[in-house]
Amino acid sequence: MSTTAPPRTTYREACRQAIRAAILADPRVFLMGEDVGRYGGCYAVTKGLLEELGEARIRDTPLSESAFVGAGIGAAIAGMRPIVEVMTCNFSLLALDQIMNNAATIPHMSGGQFAVPLVIRMATGAGRQLAAQHSHSLEGWYAHIPGLRILAPATIEDARHMLAAALDDPNPVLIFEHIMLYNMEGELDPAVQGVDIAKARLRRPGHDVTLVTYGGSLFKTMAAAETLAAEGIEAEVIDLRVLRPLDTATIIESVGRTRRVVIVDEGWRAGSLAAEVAMRIMEEAFFELDAPIRRVCSREVPIPYAAHLEQAALPQPETIAAAARGLVRPSA
Amino acid sequence: MSTKVHLDRAHGLLLLHQMLRIRRFEAKCAELYQAQKIRGFLHLYDGQEAVSVGVMQALGPADAIVGTYREHGQALARGVPMGPLLAEMFGKLEGCCRGRGGSMHIFDRARRFLGGNAIVGGAIPLALGVALADRMQDRPAVSACFFGEGAADEGEFHESMNLAALWRLPVLFVCENNLYSMGTPVGIAEAETAIWHKAAAYRMAGEAVDGMDPVAVEVAARRAVERIRAECAPYLLECRTYRFRAHSMFDAQLYRTKEEIEAWRAKDPILRFRDWLERAGHLHSGDMARLETEVEAEVAAAVAFAEAGTLEPVEDLERFVTMEEVPQ
Repeated sequence: MSTTAPPRTTYREACRQAIRAAILADPRVFLMGEDVGRYGGCYAVTKGLLEELGEARIRDTPLSESAFVGAGIGAAIAGMRPIVEVMTCNFSLLALDQIMNNAATIPHMSGGQFAVPLVIRMATGAGRQLAAQHSHSLEGWYAHIPGLRILAPATIEDARHMLAAALDDPNPVLIFEHIMLYNMEGELDPAVQGVDIAKARLRRPGHDVTLVTYGGSLFKTMAAAETLAAEGIEAEVIDLRVLRPLDTATIIESVGRTRRVVIVDEGWRAGSLAAEVAMRIMEEAFFELDAPIRRVCSREVPIPYAAHLEQAALPQPETIAAAARGLVRPSA
Repeated sequence: MSTKVHLDRAHGLLLLHQMLRIRRFEAKCAELYQAQKIRGFLHLYDGQEAVSVGVMQALGPADAIVGTYREHGQALARGVPMGPLLAEMFGKLEGCCRGRGGSMHIFDRARRFLGGNAIVGGAIPLALGVALADRMQDRPAVSACFFGEGAADEGEFHESMNLAALWRLPVLFVCENNLYSMGTPVGIAEAETAIWHKAAAYRMAGEAVDGMDPVAVEVAARRAVERIRAECAPYLLECRTYRFRAHSMFDAQLYRTKEEIEAWRAKDPILRFRDWLERAGHLHSGDMARLETEVEAEVAAAVAFAEAGTLEPVEDLERFVTMEEVPQ
């Protein structure tokens, strides 16, 4: 039996390998977006792909989010499987008309005559001092829209394998890659050949409190769980992975075990995805709860530039741990 | 498709018949709206018939069409059957979109008619994507994209013009310039009111044509489509036209004078073309009455079809929000 350790890689490299493999596997797949070719991607995800795969499959676009996202929709309708990269989710607002009024509506509005098998990847989140027009977490907004599937890969494995599953989906899928994850290193198990894009996943078992999170907040939440463990509090961590449609069942099962919940969401608190998760727990598991649900979200401010202010605006392991502690040991 | 228009008796009658179908169908729609059989917004194409009818002559079944929210004429000229079109406006299951879309969202997969889009300018990028997919899959098709002059105000128009020219996509941009975006005259909204001039900024070929003349539109559209296929580059065709009726059924038309409307009615594409055919000896006595009778029967059959239609079960409300598979 081989004792070779699984190869180490990065989240960024996993994203690149996912795109490369998808394009090599299916002649209908191509990538387009701003600076994906010659520059190699704003976050260097697509470096080298233009040289290897050519201009037809790796397409640099003008700075025309609405036109190239809309073109992706049209191409998907006409038989291609486009991957559209939008540099950051703040820029995606320039294409919101296309995403919402076309991609999400045409299948239903046409009475099922047309599907839109399109994948849109975008960077999300804060942490690199990019200030208020490059740092927001808008995946919760998109999760409001019927017709879309919203993914938040938080692990190297999901970064490597969610794309293929998204391309197999006959519906528009938006993938939000948190900018703080690209440099993350870890092992990638070569035995794993694919992942589902339907289920949340238990990342850490526990029995005292459930921490529900996704994306860039997963590892802050895992760190919080370690802190809590040192204090004798065993937290269960759920990675939502799929923000729409939500896997409510996995959350409810966990609540049945722990009876206490903290939801960690880098989106703003008001009207957030965290609010939706909390409300589903209220609707389906109210009598299982031993304590009120808590949320740790971003502060209600445009994300500022200065590092200390930026960090103060975001969920942190300490604030997550404090929220959980307050539920498990309210008098402490 | 040839670029030559053989304007013999048969082709002349075909153009006249197509325009008449649209005109009479929509007159019935207005009536049915008053009778509350059709609800929501209803935008009539009355006056603009020569544009769709002329452009469609230049397109084959493999080509794709992206329409506007004033698209009954575009749909009929493309061959979308009148019964399912009217049933759609009745909100019936037998409608071309099961009654989900209504007047502004006519889709017909079999005829590559991709909507019916009610976000002004929002459909233009879709035509680029279809053209790109056709090119990447070696299909020699053209995507024709209809929009009004108001769409030229929108960023999506300019982004799309640039991208289509840059990537040499086989897109026929068809601007139906009816001079008003709802109630705002083109001169109040556009610094350059000759829409086709905007093509030059993108190194795209373009021209303006009398949109009240189906033959002029057809000739220009055939020339444009031939050039698109030969050069693999887009083309902007501005059709200068006029809608005789209000913007929608809720419009009191305070923004234009009766005299202006009458002056345009004197250029009615149907009457003018009918008279021309007559003078050219192509329209024989009894032809007009026969066409009217045929159209009247088709409209009556469409009304009967729509009336007899059923309502989609409410249990199916969420069906197709997400698709189980990609329709082939």
